[in-house]
Amino acid sequence: MADTVQRWAGAQSAAAPTRRSGIGKFMHQRSTIAFMMCLPLILIISCLVIYPAFYSIWLSMLNKAQTKFIGLGNYRFLLSRDVFWMVVQQSAIFAISAVFFKALIGLITAHLINNLPVKGQRKWRGMLLVPWVIPLALSSLGWWWLFDPTHSAFNYILQSFGFDEIPWLSDPYWARFSVILVNVWYGAPFFLIMYLAALKSVPEQLYEAASIDGASAWQKFVHITLPMMRNIMAITILFSLIVTFANFDVVQIMTAGGPRNMTHVFATYSFLLGIRSGDLPLGAATSLFMLPILAISAVFILRGVRKRGREIG
Amino acid sequence: MSTAAVSVPSTRAQTKRSSLRRSRRWALIASYVFLIMFAIFFLIPPYYMVVTAFKTDAEVAHMATNPWIIADGATLDQFKILLTQTDFLIYFKNTAIVTVAVVCITMVVSVLAAFALGRMKFWGSGLLATGIFLTYLVPDTLLFIPLFQIVKAVGLLNSYWGMILVYPTLTVPFCTWIMIGYFQSIPKELDEAALIDGAGHMQMLTKIFIPVALPGIIAATIFAFTVSWAAFVYPMAFLYSSDQQVLTVGTVTSLIRADVYKWGMLMAGALLAAAPPLIIYAFLMDYYIAGLTAGATKG
Repeated sequence: MADTVQRWAGAQSAAAPTRRSGIGKFMHQRSTIAFMMCLPLILIISCLVIYPAFYSIWLSMLNKAQTKFIGLGNYRFLLSRDVFWMVVQQSAIFAISAVFFKALIGLITAHLINNLPVKGQRKWRGMLLVPWVIPLALSSLGWWWLFDPTHSAFNYILQSFGFDEIPWLSDPYWARFSVILVNVWYGAPFFLIMYLAALKSVPEQLYEAASIDGASAWQKFVHITLPMMRNIMAITILFSLIVTFANFDVVQIMTAGGPRNMTHVFATYSFLLGIRSGDLPLGAATSLFMLPILAISAVFILRGVRKRGREIG
Repeated sequence: MSTAAVSVPSTRAQTKRSSLRRSRRWALIASYVFLIMFAIFFLIPPYYMVVTAFKTDAEVAHMATNPWIIADGATLDQFKILLTQTDFLIYFKNTAIVTVAVVCITMVVSVLAAFALGRMKFWGSGLLATGIFLTYLVPDTLLFIPLFQIVKAVGLLNSYWGMILVYPTLTVPFCTWIMIGYFQSIPKELDEAALIDGAGHMQMLTKIFIPVALPGIIAATIFAFTVSWAAFVYPMAFLYSSDQQVLTVGTVTSLIRADVYKWGMLMAGALLAAAPPLIIYAFLMDYYIAGLTAGATKG
């Protein structure tokens, strides 16, 4: 017995140095291997995201033929144009109102679904997420057809109730309303899913304890649900703000910026200038105006995600 | 005496409980009523698209009947015209090629990188992970103009191969980000056990991490698929001839000919184009939702 133990120990001590050096070599190689595994990703991101982002800044300082450096000339030109200021205004209205209503509808529907018996929740969630699943370009086409001036299905309903027809896409203000409506329709399900996931992560005991203390439903919402969901709500809202602010599909398909340039957002206006009119530098300058707002949102999102990571981990 | 004293509070509790149950039932009914209203709002466009796609051209054009129902009988003519007289099938083929290629590239690149960043801490790995998250927040509408120049310089302007080059900017950052989360959630003991058994890094990845993180991989694959299927800005800016076009842009631009909008055919096209993501969603809803929420809940 003692003999076998002795032999085993001896074998182990003999093996130990080789294994340690093996681990040493392993540790040495480890970071190299890890770096090699990241290399395709680093290449894609640096060649197709970081380089274009900086190239865009350079491009925006050239003249239309890209032969001469004109400094801030394109920016100065844009800032002196009324249409550009309308784009700024419309982008802000579009993003803020669309995100507000998406968040509101998402919050309401998430609570409604959470009220249901667990068995039925899946079905409702599945049904209400459909707008998010259809590619936005194609559903925008469907909405365009719903708003079509001569065949509008909405106007049919309005007329049958004795109301006047609404010029959904030909009146500038109604057109602004319509593109925001479509964006809310598309984005609200995303909020619904995020909020529902957050609601599920609130511990049931908190609500039970509040019920024993005699808290009303509203008090429970304000003092338990909102504080517990605050972080994920902030992340979702900021993320949606970026996506909505940079949105292209809805406006391009439904109005292409018209009537009278009233529905242009940064993305469609830079597409018009850069691709349609062939003035790439001016288009680049237009789209770069999105950068400050995106950067600020990104910083706050990152902070929120980090904080959440710490809370969970 | 004693029984009376006991019975009084118990009946009070009973009435309170039944009123509670009644108010709960009313809350449930109200929830259903409001949910039905929201469901109608959310499902109006897809419903109307389906209705239009099965109508005859005459019914769509004459507006004599209620537009919300099919009055003159359903027909498959719109689909027939779409598939035989237009370039729809070419768009479908192009989109399928681009999407499959982009999904493969995305998954290989992001699984490798996420494994390295999530499990093998190395110099600068934290910084790189943060950087990936930040690039995910850079929208395509900011990049399409400089990318136009790059795609042109590479000689892939007006070619769907150019899409395979640029779509990974939409998919890779997010897929890597959620895969890092999935890989990090796997217990440390697993790779220690694998190391003791003498597994190399690649073996560890293929034999342990990919099978264990399969739900995450499915979620990321679905994300990459839906994003590249629905991409609109890049093909709108980089593709202009019909034989290279993809579904989203092809349907909303090329199918509209002259001033005559053939709405029945357009809606049939939109429905067929939206079908693959919808089918995947119908069968893999839980993975789809896991992928959506993973970005913020796993950090």
